[in-house]
Amino acid sequence: MKYLILFLTFLAAGPLAAQNALPASPYADQQLADPDKEAKARALMDELRCLKCQSQSIADSNAPMAGDMRSQVRERIAAGETPEEVRNWLIERYGDWVSYNPSVNAKTWPLWAAPIILLILAIWLARGRFRRRKDRE
Amino acid sequence: MNRWLLWVPLGLFAAFFAVVAAGLMRPKDNIIESKMVGKPIPEFTLPAAIEQRPALTSADLATGEPQMLNIFASWCVPCIAEAPQLLALEQAGVKINGIASRDTPQDIANFLSRWGNPYVRIGTDVRSIVQLELGSSGVPETFIIDSKGVIVHQHVGDIRKEDVAELLKIWREAG
Repeated sequence: MKYLILFLTFLAAGPLAAQNALPASPYADQQLADPDKEAKARALMDELRCLKCQSQSIADSNAPMAGDMRSQVRERIAAGETPEEVRNWLIERYGDWVSYNPSVNAKTWPLWAAPIILLILAIWLARGRFRRRKDRE
Repeated sequence: MNRWLLWVPLGLFAAFFAVVAAGLMRPKDNIIESKMVGKPIPEFTLPAAIEQRPALTSADLATGEPQMLNIFASWCVPCIAEAPQLLALEQAGVKINGIASRDTPQDIANFLSRWGNPYVRIGTDVRSIVQLELGSSGVPETFIIDSKGVIVHQHVGDIRKEDVAELLKIWREAG
């Protein structure tokens, strides 16, 4: 009984993190009724970076703000926006930083071009070696 | 083969090493700058956070005079640290609008009665919707908005004593 009272006292002490004093946004942790839209929203949430826990996606993060972002993503997709529109809405506000799936632009094109350039360079180098070996034979 | 060409791979490796080492040595920067700086304030309407102050809409921020917009919360410790600086800015004549992030009216009222209330208006943003619209990633954050309603400056984190003069300068130039 003593322990029960102690336990109840702790419960009544109120939430330590008052930013959680408010209920979460409606769709922070609730799936959309339409499985198709939920799948789209879910895929996008995995590719959006949490602003608080900066190495997690909003799907992984327990931060209240990540919950608010998840709810926004679900609500916007439920309202008929495409995942790319939602992603661009966030990029407009937070920059490329917020998306784990970078868009091709003046700053990021080497991400795609570098492997191709390196491959071409490697083939060119290898060809030179093979040819020389043949000449020697 | 040209003898100098032999050194190219080592040179490339040294360059790669320098890039990685520089990245490791640079102190971690967690500040996310809003891309809304330079753009007009996004449209929003927030209900009043407490009875003593009116609600806040985006129209209140484009009134022909420069203003500040401060995002705060009662659960945010750095917000307590910046409270004296906000009062100093208010004393200097700055109109400071508040957005209370994820907070209850009772907690906001307690916070303001304890640490001072520098705000002309306070809107309550219980679901971080306006915060996301502004490109803000936490509390406290302060935006300076010019007379036409364009965001000209973002201050991430608490305002320290040494920041006040600079913020005042930006606010005056935004007129």
